[in-house]
Amino acid sequence: MMHAFDRRALLAGSLIGAGTLVLPRVAFANAPGHRNLLFVLLRGAADGMAMLAPVGDPGLEALRGASLEDYVNAPRIGSFFAVHPALAEVAKAAQAGEALFVHAAATAYRERSHFDGQNLIESGGTAPYATKDGWLNRLAALLNEGAPAPLHALAIAPSVPLALRGAAPVSNYAPSALPEASEDLLARVSQLYAADEELGALWSRALETRAMAGDDGLRNLRDATAAGELAASLMRDAGGARIGMIELGGWDTHANQRGAFARSARQLDALLAAYRTGMGAGWADTMVVVATEFGRTARLNGTGGTDHGTASAALVMGGAVRGGRVIADWPGLADTALYEGRDLAPTIALESVLAGAVAEHLRLDPSLAMTRLFPGRGDAPLSGILRA
Amino acid sequence: MTPASIAMNRFGYGYAARDPAPADPRRHLFAQFDAFDPAPPTIAARVNTRERTGEMLALLRRLRQDTRALTAASEGAAPMAQSMADSMGPENPRAAALAGLPPEYREKLIEARRVLADDIGVRVNLAVSSPAPMIERLVHFWANHFSVSVGKPGTQFEVGPHEFAAIRPHVLGRFADMLKAAVLHPAMLLYLDQFQSIGPNAPFAQARARRGGDTPERPRGLNENLAREVLELHTLGVDGGYTQADVTEFARALTGWTVPGIGRVGRFAAEQPGGAAFVALVHEPGARQVLGRSYPAGEAAQALAILDDLAAHPATARHVATKFARHFAGDTPPPALVARLEADFLRTGGDLASLTRTLVEAPEAWTQKPVKFRTPFEWLVAALRLTGAQALPAQRIVGALTQLGQLPWAAPSPAGYEDNAASWAGPDALVRRVELAERLVRNAPQDDVVVRAEAAFPGALGETTLAQLKRAESGQQAIALLLVSPEMMRR
Repeated sequence: MMHAFDRRALLAGSLIGAGTLVLPRVAFANAPGHRNLLFVLLRGAADGMAMLAPVGDPGLEALRGASLEDYVNAPRIGSFFAVHPALAEVAKAAQAGEALFVHAAATAYRERSHFDGQNLIESGGTAPYATKDGWLNRLAALLNEGAPAPLHALAIAPSVPLALRGAAPVSNYAPSALPEASEDLLARVSQLYAADEELGALWSRALETRAMAGDDGLRNLRDATAAGELAASLMRDAGGARIGMIELGGWDTHANQRGAFARSARQLDALLAAYRTGMGAGWADTMVVVATEFGRTARLNGTGGTDHGTASAALVMGGAVRGGRVIADWPGLADTALYEGRDLAPTIALESVLAGAVAEHLRLDPSLAMTRLFPGRGDAPLSGILRA
Repeated sequence: MTPASIAMNRFGYGYAARDPAPADPRRHLFAQFDAFDPAPPTIAARVNTRERTGEMLALLRRLRQDTRALTAASEGAAPMAQSMADSMGPENPRAAALAGLPPEYREKLIEARRVLADDIGVRVNLAVSSPAPMIERLVHFWANHFSVSVGKPGTQFEVGPHEFAAIRPHVLGRFADMLKAAVLHPAMLLYLDQFQSIGPNAPFAQARARRGGDTPERPRGLNENLAREVLELHTLGVDGGYTQADVTEFARALTGWTVPGIGRVGRFAAEQPGGAAFVALVHEPGARQVLGRSYPAGEAAQALAILDDLAAHPATARHVATKFARHFAGDTPPPALVARLEADFLRTGGDLASLTRTLVEAPEAWTQKPVKFRTPFEWLVAALRLTGAQALPAQRIVGALTQLGQLPWAAPSPAGYEDNAASWAGPDALVRRVELAERLVRNAPQDDVVVRAEAAFPGALGETTLAQLKRAESGQQAIALLLVSPEMMRR
């Protein structure tokens, strides 16, 4: 199985300059139409090399040792990559041509703090804390330009994450197990907040979201399947949210990674499967992008875990995605190929992946999307993500 | 806000009916230094769980001999932060997950959850009934600074004691003492993987290498997690000027610090004050270099010496001053206040009573407009004080905090819960507070709501709120409205 290969041969996607694309700046006529975008942020630095193991790389055995047993019968993409067995539904979607991975991708961040790294992947800036709003909010603002009414953007979370914070109106929703407050009290609270700018705005968004969620609200967010179904129920209808965001934790696998990663991966898999099913016919117009703040060390540490690293993998799913492949300019795993001698080296800017994917899906000019969502990042947006 | 309202709400946990009105706001706050009880009877009466952590880990290890049991046990054990919160909720949806566990482990898990719930109850009831609410706020501020979180087996027994024994006694003491107690406590050693870190050249690792090395199932070696978070979160801050080499050297110095009663090396453990243990056999021998300073070989004392120097570092003073100012004086803390606190921290060598006094005296902390959106925990404690609730059952408290999204000792990362409005002032968060308010007032005294409102926000009650309180259809509805009023949401 282990033999030399030409890393360039793996470059299945293309990084064509955006200038070659002939697309309208913003197709207002039908943008975003009923196209849906769900962004799933894996908090804690998910290990891309566990998610999508480069089993064809001769260096992997020495780095990951016993943990490779997990991939013996795991689904393959090509002969080089194996999908973690806990991501069974994702692998099926890949085989059905509706999911692709991007590997060895990283944001502009090169240090190893979760908090700074998450700030960067959410703000879309080039330095932590330099940009105050989030790239998903700027995407909503871009789509709202010239539109008759702002679109619904929604975080399925108890509070609005940074990626969605900013000038464009957004709301958040997480199911509550409390009995609903009486209608009379709700009406009086509306009066109580009428003169308060901040609370008044939050309150009216809360009431809208509750109306949208209907009677299905009493579910447990921590149950991944329920979260996927809930996201779909809030996004699939004509009046629903066009942009959604979900956060999943449990990826900071410093010790005994095999069990911990599998548990988190199963949750992600269940969430994505439930969302895909829940979107029904709307899946054809839906894109899901899954990313994490940075990767983990290539080598297992002394406690069977991995520490904070650099490049990781991202996942793009959707009814129109040209799936079943891995987009990578594979850097290799030899000691000299590793970033700072310890991490998978980044060869694709994660910002290019995010901007390219959402631009193609939402019919935006890719270079405009790159400039607005990730200002200061000079890379060309990734193209060829959707089927032509 | 008036100074009296600021003293109660911005600095404390809000008004409680038995409290005297703050005639002189600053003196009202200084008096709390003496009124604070660092070791109250409810904590002293707590059942001693010192042995439980080691027992639980030993049990897990035994179960791992059997592969089938391993799968079931680790499935049940790891998502405990979540399942803990769920099982405390009214619906108990995760109870079924317990059924698949080996019976002895299930019993331990149930006991662990009960101990945790009781500790959360103790924390909240202390704050609700405290005559020194500002100092209780300090306890919770510092506990969040040194955040530990349930999730790993055994931590449920330790997170309560971490706050009660490593944080609470030091909130008016020295930062260096709190740092050493909080970092080297079993809760932190478990939470950030320190308990299984082993020096590569330690006698234990060398002997094992001679026997044929690590078994693939149970590899053991250096783990940098705690060292990194101490530098990034607890002391210098992310821009504090340390390098990867400093992290690794500090991690080597920390080897040996572990939790009593675990592993084959447990019998060589020397008990340490605070409940940790030091095992010289796994300590990386030799001198260390951290931040350009040398530390001679010194076993347990080596890490203590590094922690002492970190506590006194100027970057630590800046980091602590910024967080302290943010907590009391606004999400974007006034630079003049940060500078004042930083200078005080450096001048006194980290005297936290002096730091608090400087904060109370600083004009920047008394700006008239509200500067903070109350976090869910702050809001619940203030609501319970205002309604006059007494000694609420732990299960109800845990249920309420779970629904509000801020269960103590369950923050999603070692950075603790966020301390800014952007994280908490969401539409859904407001709905939850309204729902909970309606339930909280069911058993509350319903007379004189307007009088109580004026006592809670002296000279600071808005006209809209006052009109709504007077127009309410019942005393009960009036209190519910008061609990969710703009005056209650911000401080």
